[in-house]
Amino acid sequence: MRNRFDEQLAKLNTEMIEMGALCEEAIALASKALTTGDVNLAEKVVPISSDIDHKERDIESHCFKLILQQQPVAKDLRQISAALKMITDMERIGDQAEDIAEIITYLQGKTANETVHIKDMAAETITMVTNSVDAYVKQDISLAKSVIEHDDLVDEYFDRIKFSLIKMISKTPENGEYALDLLMIAKYFERIGDHATNIAEWVIYSVTGNRK
Amino acid sequence: MGDILTAKNLNLWYDKTKALKDININIPENSITAFIGPSGCGKSTFLKTLNRMNDLIPNVKITGEVCYKGQDIYGNSVDVNELRRNIGMVFQKPNPFPMSIYDNIAYGPRTHGIKSKVKLDEIVEQSLRDAAIWDEVKDRLKKNALGMSGGQQQRLCIARALAVKPDILLMDEPTSALDPISTLRIEELAIELKKSYTIVIVTHNMQQAVRISDYTAFFLLGELVEFGKTDQLFSQPVDKRTEDYITGRFG
Repeated sequence: MRNRFDEQLAKLNTEMIEMGALCEEAIALASKALTTGDVNLAEKVVPISSDIDHKERDIESHCFKLILQQQPVAKDLRQISAALKMITDMERIGDQAEDIAEIITYLQGKTANETVHIKDMAAETITMVTNSVDAYVKQDISLAKSVIEHDDLVDEYFDRIKFSLIKMISKTPENGEYALDLLMIAKYFERIGDHATNIAEWVIYSVTGNRK
Repeated sequence: MGDILTAKNLNLWYDKTKALKDININIPENSITAFIGPSGCGKSTFLKTLNRMNDLIPNVKITGEVCYKGQDIYGNSVDVNELRRNIGMVFQKPNPFPMSIYDNIAYGPRTHGIKSKVKLDEIVEQSLRDAAIWDEVKDRLKKNALGMSGGQQQRLCIARALAVKPDILLMDEPTSALDPISTLRIEELAIELKKSYTIVIVTHNMQQAVRISDYTAFFLLGELVEFGKTDQLFSQPVDKRTEDYITGRFG
């Protein structure tokens, strides 16, 4: 009975999946550049981040149009308002991947391999982002909840990385700048984890109507 | 805020057709309660049971109770005229009497025995002010009410209902025959009036229910499916049938 509206909602879903995929691509690229020290790879994050920005604008316009034309209520309203909130977090994820990539270009070929945990932390946050978007697509509350739980793990990684970098600085003070760059990168990953958590919380709202 | 109207196990039949099935609801005082639902769901029928307008329809059978301030309005000792003074009604189509604006408003108070010109003047002015139409009609009170626009006629009908100082105003789709501006006037008026009155409104316009009501009741096939705070009902309906109806995926 509301075929046109249902089509528009399906299109919104597709756009969200596409934006989520771009976010995953941006972090994965930044993470790979970090472990390989490949500056060319890092530079490829910039255009993806810009694609993410455009996608955010497109989805915003789409949502505004849906609100104007369809006056959504109940689960439709929740889906559209959750989407509007989620894209803000997704856009931040893109920016932070770009920030990580920028720092990698300062490292002059150095990798993060000496501090093992940063690789694990990157892998963990990528999983969080992938799962948060998946949870949205599948409207899967338990997957969304697992994303929220994983955030503690990422926070722990950050503390451990910070501790090992402090040790690095005291042992080899000439590595001070490098250590601080790595700390910044770890902080950006930690923030990405927070954004994935926000996305997961909006998924739960969209499905259940309950907000933490 | 207490409940001013309560229905308990209310059933209604038109001949053999059961139009209301075991309705239980508490309507809170000084608030706007909206009844929504598809045509034929019983919402207007139920509204009419609240001041016994169904008494006028032959072959209607009612069981259960409707309590106004704790007293069953279908009880033997109830004075129906007094009941309808306390619980007034505004209909879908504006229905002013074919007489002057002044006499439309004074009609009710006169019927209830008020004869003093000064007192009537006061009631007419206050009712028209309360219905937000005084400024538009104060210079033509002696003109025939049928010469007014539809939106003005409807506000006149609201003023006429207010003139007998009711507690509750029942409104049966009061804006469905009006243009958008007149509709908004009535909506704003309703919000203003709930400070002093309790309003129950039947509406086919769900956005109107969202805009003005504090509570919403969803009816379907003679049943009260869901009743709750409007914000809650339109953002997190509990019943699947409510969800399907309000999101337009019904049927």
